[in-house]
Amino acid sequence: MAHGLVFNIQRYSVHDGPGIRTTVFLKGCPLHCAWCHNPESISPRREMVVMETRCIGCGECGRACELADAADGEGCLPIQNGRCTWCGACVEACPTAARQVIGREMSVEEVMRAVLQDRVFYEDSGGGVTFSGGEPLMQPDFLAELLAASRAAGLHTTVDTCGMAKIEHLLGIAPLTDLFLYDLKLMDEARHREFTGASNRVILENLQALGLTHRQIWIRVPLVPGVNDDQPALEKTARFAASVPGVRQVNVLPFHRTGTPKARRLGKADSLGDLAPPPVAAVEAALDVFRQFGLEARAGG
Amino acid sequence: MNDRTAKLRRQSLDTPPSLSAERARLITEFYQANAGRYTVPVMRARAFLHLCEHKTLYLGDDELVVGERGPRPKSVPTFPELTCHSLEDLRILNSRPKTWYRVDSECLKVYEELVIPYWRGRSMRDRMFEELPLDWKAAYAAGIFTEFMEQRAPGHTVLDDKIYHHGMLDFKRDIRAAMHRLDFLSDPHAYSKRETLKSFEISCDALMLFAARHATLAREQAATEPRPERRAELLEIAAICDRVPAHAPVTFHEALQYYWFCHLAVITELNGWDSFNPGHLDQHLLPFYERGLADGSLTRERARELIECFFIKFNNHPAPPKVGVTAAESGTYTDFANINIGGLLRDGSNGANEVSRILLDIVEEMHLLQPSTNIQLSCKSPDDFLQHALRVISRGYGFPSIFNADTVVEEQLRQGKTLEDARAGGCSGCVEVGAFGKEAYILTGYFNLVKVLELALHDGVDSRTGLQLGPTTGDPAEFGSFAELFAAFRAQLRHFVDLKVAGSRLIERMYAEEMPAPFLSVLIDDCVLKARDYNAGGARYNNTFIQMVGLGSMADCLSAIKEVCFEQGKVSLKAMVQALDQNFEGQEVLRQRLMHRTHKYGNDDDYADNLMLDVFNACFAEVDGRPDARGGHYRVEMLPTTCHVYFGSVTGAMPDGRLAGMPLSEGISPVQGADRSGPTAVLKSAGKMDHVRTGGTLLNLKFAPNLVGSEEALQKWAHLVRGYFKMDGHHVQFNVLTAEHLRQAQAKPEAHRDLIVRVAGYSDYFCDLSFELQEEIIARTEHQEF
Repeated sequence: MAHGLVFNIQRYSVHDGPGIRTTVFLKGCPLHCAWCHNPESISPRREMVVMETRCIGCGECGRACELADAADGEGCLPIQNGRCTWCGACVEACPTAARQVIGREMSVEEVMRAVLQDRVFYEDSGGGVTFSGGEPLMQPDFLAELLAASRAAGLHTTVDTCGMAKIEHLLGIAPLTDLFLYDLKLMDEARHREFTGASNRVILENLQALGLTHRQIWIRVPLVPGVNDDQPALEKTARFAASVPGVRQVNVLPFHRTGTPKARRLGKADSLGDLAPPPVAAVEAALDVFRQFGLEARAGG
Repeated sequence: MNDRTAKLRRQSLDTPPSLSAERARLITEFYQANAGRYTVPVMRARAFLHLCEHKTLYLGDDELVVGERGPRPKSVPTFPELTCHSLEDLRILNSRPKTWYRVDSECLKVYEELVIPYWRGRSMRDRMFEELPLDWKAAYAAGIFTEFMEQRAPGHTVLDDKIYHHGMLDFKRDIRAAMHRLDFLSDPHAYSKRETLKSFEISCDALMLFAARHATLAREQAATEPRPERRAELLEIAAICDRVPAHAPVTFHEALQYYWFCHLAVITELNGWDSFNPGHLDQHLLPFYERGLADGSLTRERARELIECFFIKFNNHPAPPKVGVTAAESGTYTDFANINIGGLLRDGSNGANEVSRILLDIVEEMHLLQPSTNIQLSCKSPDDFLQHALRVISRGYGFPSIFNADTVVEEQLRQGKTLEDARAGGCSGCVEVGAFGKEAYILTGYFNLVKVLELALHDGVDSRTGLQLGPTTGDPAEFGSFAELFAAFRAQLRHFVDLKVAGSRLIERMYAEEMPAPFLSVLIDDCVLKARDYNAGGARYNNTFIQMVGLGSMADCLSAIKEVCFEQGKVSLKAMVQALDQNFEGQEVLRQRLMHRTHKYGNDDDYADNLMLDVFNACFAEVDGRPDARGGHYRVEMLPTTCHVYFGSVTGAMPDGRLAGMPLSEGISPVQGADRSGPTAVLKSAGKMDHVRTGGTLLNLKFAPNLVGSEEALQKWAHLVRGYFKMDGHHVQFNVLTAEHLRQAQAKPEAHRDLIVRVAGYSDYFCDLSFELQEEIIARTEHQEF
């Protein structure tokens, strides 16, 4: 049975598909979007974080670490440590759980046990399980087994993807997936490369291919001020989405800043500066653009 | 609201609560003049008649529903025959910063010269404390349990539909018939039964006299009223008071006025716990509503206006203040009249109707502190009814709370009630289940489970005082296993439940024999039939509750001990107890570990949840089925009101990392902040308990507004509730607000006086809560989504 790297299992997840859902976040993403609200999802490896609000500076982590030296100081052990062997002693020693490892190796069975805990809430609400990331298709075998196990358990399955995956992986899981949440960020290839670190060619081709066979696709458009909120960019996105047969609705997701403190905890730079969330009027205007192309469009979701 | 009800509401909100010595004076004068002339029940009924005859009446401008317990709105009478306030008590009430009551010099004078000299040593409370055993008093003083009836009468019941087809003259006919059936030739109790029935009859006359005085007052006001519309209203009020309560009501207006007279009578006769309550008001009013619409005498707007006037009446009646330690246990103006909306009809079909919708609209628009409201949600209740209620809840006023009508029925069937009586029942007070109009379900007091564990960790010695309060159950340093510790807890638990029940039974008998409630008895089946008072077991069903407090704290304490001391062996139990005794001084790392690195109840984690179950099952085994002193049985409930704050203040540091003096967990909610896995996990954890074996459980969830804002979110929220109720969850309530909002209110109370939050089983003004309770509500986990 396959294993995979999971960084969070979120219960009562109400914005990742219909009904009450549990969202399983798989770690690792091929894109590096500047606005990512889950920066801890990007690396396909485990990462150490320290929640600064919880750390009491007791130094238990340093005392537990066999490799710590005087340069690491008395208080909280630095997280960027080239000598770390991932023995886990510092995390185990942390009394406040401020120090955590993001990313846990889990078996399909372990994930399913967690997912099935909320079955009573899925049944009447039309909910189920959502696999998100990162990019869940970065772990294609693990994802396929999770989807098959979910199907076997009678759960509604949703996959939240950025579309940057091998076409055979995407089409391979399609029959096991009741609903796709498919991100479309920018139609302009150069700008896509600038803001996400990759071309959008594969993403667009994959969507076209998926849309020919799969009939339940919701397009998700993160609305990022100054990046993709101008009328021409939105119109291009809308035109493309409307051309794909399987697209059922479009969700416009206003950018928010929850990623900033998370990036800081990971020791990563925040490249957004003081970018503010889009005003309500801008979200409404974006929705109108999609509606003009005959698409059902909603804010959030 | 229209202009009238907006004005009356404003008046009710703006009038400061005050104490009135009038009732105390009238009662004292009556007792001075009549002591020894009558048997106890007749004495009580005549005292009630005396009050109805002589109390100052109030009929305010523009009122449509009339009658006040005090001489004017928000003026609260006292009950010196139950508990007699000292001058010091009265001064504290006047000057304390929260939930104060204005006490004027006239009131102090009446107390000093008349009331205190007569009732000192004669009040129920004084006499009770003479009779209760020393070890009971020691446990009470240590904060192991409280006793409801030390200051207020048993009460705590709800009315069914009988007054809507039965006037006081009909009740009198039934009482006469019962008198005729008495068998003086062979029944040794025939005499006392006759005295009881006499007391019932007198109290019916008393209420009719009270209504007649209102009719006269309304006509007097009409005679001098310059506005023709108001004059017509006053004459109509007079005509209504001529008809009810003597006769069964015919119109919607009469139905409301009749209930209100009964309400005033019950809360004037005695100061019963949780005032009184119309129960399924929507179901009771529906026939009058439909008839009024059909014959053109009523419109929806008029019905709404009348109910709004009725609601304001409840808000005019703050709870009578308590004395001594109980003032700290539950400092609130709320008197817990909790109106049921929706639910089931006797035939098992859905009971939500058009009046239910009017009630929900009123709750949303008026957001008064009183009355409390709840919805009774059955699997048969339509989704639009639930979503309507959730929309009201999402406004953040804390009302209504949500009960599982199907579980409420099942709980009552387990207690041996008939299916029809169970369906006509519901919830009152905070979360308590009862057969409306047919049951005395008396709460006897809160029970501090965590303190009992503390005693088990100290061989029965209270570490605050050094007193040996409990049995010696062994030095914890010698416990070789978790099972030995749990056995010690069980032994302490049994000891203190024994003590609690022994005390309660004594107090129950004192009320049965010396402080009957004749008017209430007229309203509750089968007191007339049995010729026995409500307080003496006259009701068809009798149950007596002990309310267990600190379940979540208990689960987390036991989980920490089991894991850290026995499984990991990181800290010996001896070292743990030492750390507790030093309030974790110099042991912050250990405390943080206990708080953050052990299994916690509320996360759908069987490790901690199974320990919660062990504690619940222990409570159930110790309490359920013990005989009470009225022919019924003891039962458990899991609700704290605000007592978890008081109990926390008398309990030292505990192994869940809680510091000495901090609040315990409330109801069956997780320890504040210990639930980190979202609302479904909390509901799953709470759903592991067998709610059907309780008389009520209380679960509090705080929701940020963004989790309930859209229609889609509302639907998911509705499914969340339905999911919990599938697991037989009894009750859930939601606080919809942000911590930021609460911080603002805490910093600037003057600007946020109207902020109502659900506390624990009821809603209260946030700014009236103690600082600790405010802090706790802020700390309660916000279930923010990503």
